[in-house]
Amino acid sequence: MFDIFQRLGASTLGILERLGRGATFLINILISLPTVLVRPRLLITQMFSIGVLSFSLIVISGLFVGMVLALQGFYTLSDFGAEGMLGVMVAASLVRELGPVVTGLLFAGRAGSALTAEIGLMKATEQLSGMEMMAVDPVARIITPRFLAGLISMPLLATLFTSVGVLGGYFIGVGLLGIDEGGYWSQMQSKIDFHQDIMNGLIKSVVFGWVVTWIAVFEGYDAIPTSEGVSRATTRTVVHSAFAILLLDFILTALMFGDV
Amino acid sequence: MTDTASLIKIRDVHFSRGSKLIFDGINMDIHRGKVTAIMGPSGTGKTTLLKLIGGQLVPSAGSIEVDGQNIHQLKHKQLYQLRKRMGMLFQSGALLTDITVFDNVAFPLREHTNLSESMIRHLVLMKLQAVGLRGARDLMPAELSGGMARRVALARAIALDPMMIMYDEPFTGQDPISLGVLVQLIKQLNDALGLSSIVVSHDVKETCLIADYVYLVSGGKVVEHGSPEQLTNSDSQWSQQFMKGMADGPVPFHYEAKDYVEDLLGLQS
Repeated sequence: MFDIFQRLGASTLGILERLGRGATFLINILISLPTVLVRPRLLITQMFSIGVLSFSLIVISGLFVGMVLALQGFYTLSDFGAEGMLGVMVAASLVRELGPVVTGLLFAGRAGSALTAEIGLMKATEQLSGMEMMAVDPVARIITPRFLAGLISMPLLATLFTSVGVLGGYFIGVGLLGIDEGGYWSQMQSKIDFHQDIMNGLIKSVVFGWVVTWIAVFEGYDAIPTSEGVSRATTRTVVHSAFAILLLDFILTALMFGDV
Repeated sequence: MTDTASLIKIRDVHFSRGSKLIFDGINMDIHRGKVTAIMGPSGTGKTTLLKLIGGQLVPSAGSIEVDGQNIHQLKHKQLYQLRKRMGMLFQSGALLTDITVFDNVAFPLREHTNLSESMIRHLVLMKLQAVGLRGARDLMPAELSGGMARRVALARAIALDPMMIMYDEPFTGQDPISLGVLVQLIKQLNDALGLSSIVVSHDVKETCLIADYVYLVSGGKVVEHGSPEQLTNSDSQWSQQFMKGMADGPVPFHYEAKDYVEDLLGLQS
């Protein structure tokens, strides 16, 4: 019986210790931000591998999500004779929720896992240790550019996802299902609010980018330096990021749209 | 040798990993301009000792002075300043895998100096020439053999002209030619560049060829020290067992276990 309490206590302490290490790690990243800002090349390289290389995944996913939304929305709205609202429905769903959330999940799977594996392997092959011994701070040189690149890339990718999704909805709604083209765009224009919808969606994507990249770089840096350790860290990045995104989405939605 | 000749002074250092005691009060002096070997059985904490000297690990008690500075009392900036004068050759080479051999050797120069690219090119080619790999400058680390990777890492370690280099198991897993080259390189670089070298190894023959002084470490303590000749001729059981590679002696061949017969018969002890 006491054994259960002991294990529960030990695992709780373990989680708190990891959270503490993660927070300290984040502070170190933030402290070394100026070093990255004076060496933009490090940031640009990482934005390419984190952001640009995620481009095709985001575009294709956004297109199909938009198309499916339009199909499903059309069948539901047509029951009420409200097919004209299809553009609003597609855009609101994408801007407020699906854009940031699905992009966040895809970002965690594509870029987050790659970040953890890369940093974990650098640790396992003593590259980070080697840098320390060359008097180069691995947090400033390796971690911070990746963190900042993730933070900048995520809202851009979410915006791309949403834009392509709206276009996907247009292809299906207007092109296939015969909705009025002017209605599709004008309803969207009049109902989607810049601050309430677009800015809040953007804030969500910044928050998700922050959290996913933080989890990814921390898991890599904290990984046990073996092949199994790196593999587990990579899995943890995807799982923890998914949980964090969904939980934070609920909290942010309640805060942003709770009084609507 | 006088005390002022010591580049590194290790005094009563204790270190544990979890409940496992790695060092139980070790003392060492690493002399300037010499090749000092730290030898001992596998798992005795030799690499840990290099990490303690480099300030990557902190001892639970005792002190380590490098060039007159207590390395574990230095602030982050001071420690990094000191590390610029310390080279380390990792067992794996620890080359950055996403950049070429040239860029690996140029890495510390680009990070720590404001030299022009043409000057960096000259310096990198000189360092690569010293290790015989000038022609391999455009290769990626994945295209190098283990011996070549270590030589590139050595070129990188001497890029900033350090006062000392720590070698972590430099001879492990090398073919005879690479081994011979590395042995000669370590000695030549030490003498030509006026370095102080610490070689952690359990390759007795090769290490004794170039070492001026040897520390034998086992069970968390320095069990013997002296010149390679002194240790080879020593009557101490430790020296005899390790220098001659004997299975019987103070270092047990078998990991601690219960009685063999009892174990085979499945008897509870």
